[in-house]
Amino acid sequence: MRANRSLEIGTGLFVLLGLAALLFLSMQLPANGLKFSFNKPAGYLVTAQFDNIGGLKVGAPVRMAGVRIGQVTRIDFDTNTERAKVWLRIAAQFNQIPMDSSASIDTEGILGAQYVSISPGGMPTYLKNGSQIIQTQSALVLENLINKFFANFANKSSPQSSGAGAKEHK
Amino acid sequence: MSAASKAGVMELVRKTGLTGLFFLRLLRACIPALARPRLIIAQIYNAGARSLIIIMLSGLFTGMVLGLQGYDLLNRFGATEALGTAAALALLKELGPVLTALLFAGRAGTALTSEIGLMRATDQLTAMEVMAVDPMRYVAAPRFLGGLIAVPLLTAVFNVIGLYGAQLIGVQLMGVDHGIFWAQTQSALALKDVTEGIVKSVVFGAVVSLIAVNEGYHAEPTAEGVGLATTRTVVASSVMTLLLDYVLTAAFM
Repeated sequence: MRANRSLEIGTGLFVLLGLAALLFLSMQLPANGLKFSFNKPAGYLVTAQFDNIGGLKVGAPVRMAGVRIGQVTRIDFDTNTERAKVWLRIAAQFNQIPMDSSASIDTEGILGAQYVSISPGGMPTYLKNGSQIIQTQSALVLENLINKFFANFANKSSPQSSGAGAKEHK
Repeated sequence: MSAASKAGVMELVRKTGLTGLFFLRLLRACIPALARPRLIIAQIYNAGARSLIIIMLSGLFTGMVLGLQGYDLLNRFGATEALGTAAALALLKELGPVLTALLFAGRAGTALTSEIGLMRATDQLTAMEVMAVDPMRYVAAPRFLGGLIAVPLLTAVFNVIGLYGAQLIGVQLMGVDHGIFWAQTQSALALKDVTEGIVKSVVFGAVVSLIAVNEGYHAEPTAEGVGLATTRTVVASSVMTLLLDYVLTAAFM
């Protein structure tokens, strides 16, 4: 009877462990799965509004002078200002970031993982829980940049190319 | 064609047919076998719970190697932020199901074959038949079902531990950003990728268990015969796992 009991407990533990792993894989990992967040990291929350956040994702790091000081915890659309609202959780030890600091969205690597970069301002008051970063700069969307470049290029080169064509004709 | 090779081909056809018929008998025996869950639980414990340590260790090191190799490769293109995605896709879709099936064949499949083979060699199966106890129902089916249930669960454990190993190397050792690692992984992975891995692991579990039980059941009732059957289990289930892996991958494309 005892041996039977420990066998059942062992099997139960194994099955529960396997099911927990399956649940993690199918719910937490994929983008379209159901997610819970259970870790509540320490630090304070700051918001910033951007015209365009590009491909910024929840979990992306917040950096200052290239050093990681926190992460993006939530991204939403503000219907009043019609801009993207981003919540940044900044670690508690970085509590002396000037109030007038500016936030920009920068790109890392060629595959374009984006992060929020904060450049310090000069005010003697500091960001605290719930404050908003006023000065922001949108993400650089590469496609837009390429479009602009080609539009520019086409405008500039069209008279020249027709001139060259005429010359050749002659 | 020489007479020997002709006999070889005929033998192969006969064995395939034997396995197929055995599979049908096994499926028929599975339904009454469900009425005795205690036998199945014992087999899940033997085949699954006792393989857990080897699966976890292998998963951890596979993930760590993926972390190192993936980092080295991606670093050449300056794209180390894709490490999480690369490791997760490799683990969930290929390495998890395939390596778990291969390890399961070596750890539990051989045990199944030699156990049933020895029952055959010592006439225990015949004794059951004489007592009007169906050995398919009491010996073969619980072992098959146990393997079928254990392999997907082991695969899931392998994948989670492997991901942790990749994260350990990528984030802690190589300094890929923790947030980027998980955010990129989650945004790139779809439910379809996870399902592909689960379907594969269920198929591999069925195939490896079927081969192990079949080889044991039809082992020649001698010491040598049981040994040969055990070897055949490992060879056949490894080859079938890799072959079916290709077929399933192509089917999911």
